[in-house]
Amino acid sequence: MSDILIRFLVGGLLVSCFSTLADILRPKSFAGLLGAAPSVALATLALTIHHDGKIYAAMEARSMLGGAAGFLVYALGVSWLLRRYRPSALSAAVSMMPFWFVVFLGLWYALGATR
Amino acid sequence: MRKIGFSFSSLKETRFHEYVARFFFGGVCTALAGIIARRYGPVLGGLFLAFPAIFPASATMIENNEKRRKQEIGADGTQRGRIAASIDASGASLGCFGLAAFGLVLWQFIPQHNALATVMLAFASWTVVSYLLWAFRKG
Repeated sequence: MSDILIRFLVGGLLVSCFSTLADILRPKSFAGLLGAAPSVALATLALTIHHDGKIYAAMEARSMLGGAAGFLVYALGVSWLLRRYRPSALSAAVSMMPFWFVVFLGLWYALGATR
Repeated sequence: MRKIGFSFSSLKETRFHEYVARFFFGGVCTALAGIIARRYGPVLGGLFLAFPAIFPASATMIENNEKRRKQEIGADGTQRGRIAASIDASGASLGCFGLAAFGLVLWQFIPQHNALATVMLAFASWTVVSYLLWAFRKG
């Protein structure tokens, strides 16, 4: 339980730091880079290495490549949708979320869906 | 290429509840990534380290801040806000290549090398790859 609480606190803090940095950076296209900052990974790495070892962390990092591919498709989709049809940012961001899952599931199965 | 700079005035535009929302979503996503990794193993858990959990909240904040700014000078700002969110998403798509570089460095180097040094190298890779792609794209 304390492990989850620590993850929650460290994750919240790191994501907040990256988001605040993105707020103050200009131009916006540059600040947008921080939208894909490895904040969650950074927040969990120390605990993962401590509890499960470096090999376990390496396996998680390999899977991150799949997650990043899904994120790329998702971010491009959100950007295109907002430029082309101008819906609200929340609608665009939520409606494109299935694309992250589709790429993610495809890669998960491609990776063998193993532990 | 536009010069990179800082605008601290935007800190005042972000409301307290928006800071709280970021903290909460970031914390929940990180905790969930840990729970999923523990329950289903590192292959599935690792994928969630690159989950865009905070993205909808950030995009909405960017849209609202831009809209608010325009409304203060009497304009509607709705379209401008959505374009700003689109530019942010486009920047995030470049950052995804940096995120992949981060994962690649960790995957390849962490088993045999010092963990802290590898994490620092991975973070440097994210920064350099993201920045170079942004700089080349802007010309």
